[in-house]
Amino acid sequence: MAVEKLFKDEATEEKGERARMASFVGAMAIADLVKTTLGPKGMDKILQSTGRGHSVTVTNDGATILKSLHIDNPAAKVLIDISKVQDDEVGDGTTSVVVLAGELLREAEKLVGSKIHPMTIISGFRMAADCARKALLDRVNDNKDDAEKFRLDLMRIAKTTLSSKILSQDKEHFAKLAVDAVMRLKGSTNLESIQIIKKAGGSLKDSFLDEGFILDKKIGLGQPKRIENANILVANTAMDTDKVKIYGARVRVDSMAKVAQIEGAEKEKMREKVQKIIGHGINCFVNRQLIYNFPEELFADAGILAIEHADFEGIERLALVTGGEIASTFDNPESVKLGHCKLIEEIMIGEDKLIHFSGVEMGQACTIVLRGASFHVLDEAERSLHDALCVLSQTVNDSRVLLGGGWPEMVMAKAVDELARKTPGKKSHAIEAFSRALIAIPTTIADNAGLDSAELVAQLRAEHHKEDSNAGIDVITGTVGDMSELGISEAFKVKQAVLLSATEAAEMILRVDEIITCAPRRREDRM
Amino acid sequence: MALAFDEYGRPFIILREQESKSRLRGIDAQKANISAGVAVSRILRTSLGPKGMDKMLQSPDGDITITNDGATILEQMDVDNQIGKLMVELSRSQDYEIGDGTTGVVVLAGALLEQAEKLLERGIHPIRVAEGFEISSKMAVDHLEKISHKFDFSATNIEPLVQTCMTTLSSKIVNRCKRSLAEIAVKGVMAVADLERKDVNLDLIKVEGKVGGKLEDTELVYGIIVDKDMSHPQMPKQIEDAKIAILTCPFEPPKPKTKHKVDIDTVEKFQTLRKQEQQYFDDMVQQCKDVGATLVICQWGFDDEANHLLMHRNLPAVRWVGGVELELIAIATGGRIVPRFQELTTEKLGKAGLVREKAFGTTKDRMLYIEHCANSKAVTVFIRGGNKMMIEETKRSIHDALCVARNLIRNNSIVYGGGAAEISCSIAVEAAADKYPGVEQYAIRAFADALDSVPMALAENSGLQPIETVSAVKAQQIKENNHCCGIDCNDTGTNDMREQNVFETLIGKQQQILLATQVVKMILKIDDVISPTEY
Repeated sequence: MAVEKLFKDEATEEKGERARMASFVGAMAIADLVKTTLGPKGMDKILQSTGRGHSVTVTNDGATILKSLHIDNPAAKVLIDISKVQDDEVGDGTTSVVVLAGELLREAEKLVGSKIHPMTIISGFRMAADCARKALLDRVNDNKDDAEKFRLDLMRIAKTTLSSKILSQDKEHFAKLAVDAVMRLKGSTNLESIQIIKKAGGSLKDSFLDEGFILDKKIGLGQPKRIENANILVANTAMDTDKVKIYGARVRVDSMAKVAQIEGAEKEKMREKVQKIIGHGINCFVNRQLIYNFPEELFADAGILAIEHADFEGIERLALVTGGEIASTFDNPESVKLGHCKLIEEIMIGEDKLIHFSGVEMGQACTIVLRGASFHVLDEAERSLHDALCVLSQTVNDSRVLLGGGWPEMVMAKAVDELARKTPGKKSHAIEAFSRALIAIPTTIADNAGLDSAELVAQLRAEHHKEDSNAGIDVITGTVGDMSELGISEAFKVKQAVLLSATEAAEMILRVDEIITCAPRRREDRM
Repeated sequence: MALAFDEYGRPFIILREQESKSRLRGIDAQKANISAGVAVSRILRTSLGPKGMDKMLQSPDGDITITNDGATILEQMDVDNQIGKLMVELSRSQDYEIGDGTTGVVVLAGALLEQAEKLLERGIHPIRVAEGFEISSKMAVDHLEKISHKFDFSATNIEPLVQTCMTTLSSKIVNRCKRSLAEIAVKGVMAVADLERKDVNLDLIKVEGKVGGKLEDTELVYGIIVDKDMSHPQMPKQIEDAKIAILTCPFEPPKPKTKHKVDIDTVEKFQTLRKQEQQYFDDMVQQCKDVGATLVICQWGFDDEANHLLMHRNLPAVRWVGGVELELIAIATGGRIVPRFQELTTEKLGKAGLVREKAFGTTKDRMLYIEHCANSKAVTVFIRGGNKMMIEETKRSIHDALCVARNLIRNNSIVYGGGAAEISCSIAVEAAADKYPGVEQYAIRAFADALDSVPMALAENSGLQPIETVSAVKAQQIKENNHCCGIDCNDTGTNDMREQNVFETLIGKQQQILLATQVVKMILKIDDVISPTEY
């Protein structure tokens, strides 16, 4: 007797082969989607949001593309997730990780088709991933001790990362920007202290790195526009009406005169507060919250520059840059640490007025001002620069460097291939498949550049058969070239993360033999 | 449907709105129930054992779970059938009680139901079948007791525990680094175990996960990790020899529960109120400072002013820490949770050797490590992994491993895994069957057959010939009188589970058999299903 109904309405169940096929197909579809963005000649995608305004994003960043997709296929969601994690963790390689996972699954599908059990494939993949990682470790370069060379490495990595993005035209310029900014951080990975300000207008080449700090705010009316040797108080306090914080307090009066009195007292309170702030001996006051006209006027009277409504990050950064602390009470002026800087002035970028703090105490933070023709260009430029900064800051911590241009993949593929020949049993098929999946990455790079990928990859493989080859694909000339001469490098940490998370994701999807989808939650408002 | 009439010929209403209800009775009801139960167990069957496959579950909100843990699969499965729900409950109770073997128990119950159906077809009364199962389950449990081994371990020799945890972990996706995870689980449990009382409070082990990094980076922290950061960005990121004040009151002026209003009608009152308010903040911070605290952990938020005052007085603080975490911190640091500032004293402060904030990846994720605590009886397992699903699955696997380690500390008897225990029980039950006169004999034999189904599923999932393998192992067990023979799932060449180091806990196995039998008995006793038909 058949079971009439085991699940709720609309819940579906897919079993065995069907389930596996569904996840393979989903994962490969996602991989194919971002595949064309890989490499220096990869294409961009336009994303249009369904929300209000139908805003448009043009990008080539794998994580950004995948994040904006609405996917129903569960396996595809796994891939999107790994791309997101890659973005959070190392910042770059978000496309590669998805493409590699997709290729692994494509190979796995063939193996499953020839009746090899998924568990056997998984154990083969694991061995292969391990071997590939070792192969990479053997060939890494570490120039940590040589500052000169290390900087060169960083420049190369930045250029390689940027070359696949919109900034590739000016990659030299931006690579220098990014390296300078990251070197200032002195080893910390806290990218918050690098501020990126986008201003439309001008060309990308006009972008610059500023050693000081730029706050996108206007100076209050009637206040000095230029202060030398500024003492800055960074604050987070209410400068509108100071609320009484005691619960249940309310004002109840019985005559107009009393209202006036209370108002007077309120004003007095504010005046006192302002006096206290001025008592710190400052000539610049930056507040996170609003400053009402009344206190603003008081500040103007005292010749103090008051800046209101700096957002939270701006405040934190400013505090970091100037070495002051964020204050909320002002009773003991002697112990509050003030920030200092040599010069505060109003500057113009394009048509906007900004406040520029230069000659700051702590050299860690800096500002990168991006200029560009349109907001879309600027947004994409910011994403690209962010990728480059992430990779660089990670490389500063883990200074191992690899060559780029498909070189690491070929090195891994070679090592994995050798392992396959040594391994007895069905696993060797899986290991072989792994090496094929690795080769798919240089193939895709060549394909995207409109080159004869089959020819190039074959040449590349022959090159790599020799010991210690530095050969990779030179996309510009469309030939096989020496990567160390061309100066194309990649960070080891990125490649390792790509390898490990792609294998992990492929393994997860392979292990699934049944998909159970619950009934979607009903949205009442749609009815 | 049956109708009753009173003496005037009017019908009694026994079942309201009979037309709109469907009803199954007698043997049909039993068969329908059995087939539903079997269907559920069939879903889980392929997840059993080290080569078992995973299931992908999509929740109503579109979130994905990939798992191999029986209890999790069933819980998220959206089962509508009543009997299906019973099976879900069954797996859940195994999870609560033992923590591991949640798949096995459902598979066993399914097998028992299949056997029962055959017996019902031969016209044996369901209650007799149930009784037969009951007798045999007792026999099986007793037999397990007999073949179990005592297991010697101590705080220094944890190897046997690690081996058992490894058996549990080997069926999960994390089996790549099962050794290190098993060690983490065992060390964690040993850290919080009360070996005198033979008990472990698993609440003291916190499992925290963060995406990024690789599985190998998973670590055991002797202390607490809180997913929070310092309330003020400029507070020190590292505090040594911290004295921690654990507060459950906000840094705000008190809010009496009774409704009240403070009326301000003169300027003087306004000013006094203001002074008082400042006084409040000052007092609060001062009180913390006075007792010598160097770190404040608070369940609630702070006002900006209080925040700055704390920062000013060089007193780092953490806000919005959840209740459970707060308790753990209190346990670990030996402090007391203080609900009022007035009650803060030096004795109530917790102590920790090192408190530090650690940043991850390129985003602003920060976590707070509280280590070298005064009372190290609270530990955290910190999991790293490539993606969210991986972390979730690892959490579940670690939970299973922790439970196994706990069970071993409670009762250090083990049986051999890989289906060895089931086969041995099956042989024993089969042999005992002949001694029972009457119909029960058949039920007992059926029970023995059902026990075989677990090793059968194991063999099937490992790509072996199920019938051949199981019968060969069975023959070997009888011939050599060796109850350690099981299914060689990993193709290592030997089927002696002692050599393979595949162990399971005795209580886990016993509980599996008892729970499965109980549920089957319950299902068999149902002879009438009344349910509203849906329109």
